[in-house]
Amino acid sequence: MKVLVPVKRVIDYNVKARVKADQTGVDLANVKMSMNPFDEIAVEEAVRMKEGKEHHAAGTVDEIVVVSIGVTQAQETIRTALAMGADRGLLIQSDADLEPLAVAKLLKAVVDEEKPDLVLLGKQSIDGDNNAVGQMLAALLDWPQATFAGKIVIGGGPNGERRATVTREVDGGLQTLSAALPAVVSVDLRLNTPRYASLPNIMKAKKKEIAVKAVADYGVDTVPRLKVVKVTAPPQRSAGIKVADAAELVSRLKIVGVL
Amino acid sequence: MAVLVIADRDGDTVRDSTHKTVTAALKLSGDVDILVIGQGSKAAADAAAKIAGVRKVLLAESAGLGHQLAEAVEATVVGLAGGYDAILSPATTDGKNFMPRIAAKLDVAPISEIIEVVSNDTFVRPIYAGNALETIQSGDAKKVITVRPTSFDAAGEGGSAKVETVAGADAGKAAFVSDEMVKSDRPELGAAKIVVSGGRAMGSAEEFHAVMDPLADRLGAAVGASRAAVDAGYAPNDYQVGQTGKVVAPALYIAIGISGAIQHLAGMKDSKVIVAINKDADAPIFQVADYGIVGDYKTVVPELMTALG
Repeated sequence: MKVLVPVKRVIDYNVKARVKADQTGVDLANVKMSMNPFDEIAVEEAVRMKEGKEHHAAGTVDEIVVVSIGVTQAQETIRTALAMGADRGLLIQSDADLEPLAVAKLLKAVVDEEKPDLVLLGKQSIDGDNNAVGQMLAALLDWPQATFAGKIVIGGGPNGERRATVTREVDGGLQTLSAALPAVVSVDLRLNTPRYASLPNIMKAKKKEIAVKAVADYGVDTVPRLKVVKVTAPPQRSAGIKVADAAELVSRLKIVGVL
Repeated sequence: MAVLVIADRDGDTVRDSTHKTVTAALKLSGDVDILVIGQGSKAAADAAAKIAGVRKVLLAESAGLGHQLAEAVEATVVGLAGGYDAILSPATTDGKNFMPRIAAKLDVAPISEIIEVVSNDTFVRPIYAGNALETIQSGDAKKVITVRPTSFDAAGEGGSAKVETVAGADAGKAAFVSDEMVKSDRPELGAAKIVVSGGRAMGSAEEFHAVMDPLADRLGAAVGASRAAVDAGYAPNDYQVGQTGKVVAPALYIAIGISGAIQHLAGMKDSKVIVAINKDADAPIFQVADYGIVGDYKTVVPELMTALG
């Protein structure tokens, strides 16, 4: 089985995003960038499937293709995934920050070409926080979707078809679904803890292939539908007061009406 | 302009997040309908009909809709979309699951988790885990929007809308297997009015629960944790408040033994009142706290329990 893992290069999750003074966006100049943490979890799961680790049967996955849509430096992000164990990469170069709908359309074009059995991706990127691409890709492909996966088991269905049994993290608990493959699965935090690539694997990854294409190669409509009017900093909280003890705290909380 | 709100159904009723989404919808139009999806959901539809300001309630039922399966919800809503200029849902895990799917089928850019309606086509939403606010104007004729419930007041009761039945699509290529809902008397982290969170200072899982659980029960609060506490194994992963965990905005957030890493602040800084208890007077958490107590939680929390009576 072949797995396609879309990954995004985003601001590192330990860096505080700062709004540009001209309110056009967030300042990304000289800021540490990393793979979107949720995508890293998706890569890790695909690699575990290929390795036959944990509950994954050996030979569940034989090829992992990683795709990123973004600037030239997104090749580094793909390289990280290759060092974790993915087989080859594809960069669709774009200097524009594409909207989820455009990304989903491009990924659909990649799926039409690559014909994976499973698309595994992070539930959201920590920059745009849209939480939309996986669901939109599934809709465009007319595939089933399982979002917010905390556990994925690939197995056979009653009619010999392959299915993904996915336990989803939902408000209030867990929901388990069984989706016929091919399917789109978006992953949540609890699925696994991604590995650090070993030095030999980092060296090996340098020899793996990354194909580079342009958005235009796919003939997909990527015209933005949304206009960013402005990006502002949220209202800043100012430090309040230190209270002497728990009794004073309780009385103050009662005064402001939260107790 | 007509707006369809997809209800957040809870058994025989609809959750408060539905009322809050109606408030957002009423800012777009006076013609607001509610769609209740499920199976055996007549009572929930009747409950939705009592929300003030609602024109009518549509009820769509099928086995797949009973489990809010994205494929079934998408097919049902897309069938109704012709009559509406905007479709809204609370940004629950269900709403986040099916709304982008609906948007893609309608060839519309979804607008996720709005916190403010500026005008008919312009909205404010948090990005970068709330470290920036983006004001966006949609050029799409139809809008598909999820609404962050904590940012809107709940619409009142007192309505008497008519309930109509509409066709409900059934499941597609995904099938429901099972639900495993946490049976807890405590409110859910994302919806709780009070959240008490513990950090790495607790030192062990036993200590974490021994300190946090009684306090949460006394306050009727949900329990949260910092990433450091989760990573150390003191608290389960679904307790995590922060950029990569849950984003919460309760009326009262009490951070105990949490230093206040950026990662954590991103998940709780929209809380109405923040209390920090930490023995390090220089901990960054105090920079966002309305009320701080500098002290060891081991003495402060028991005192707090006593003061609460």
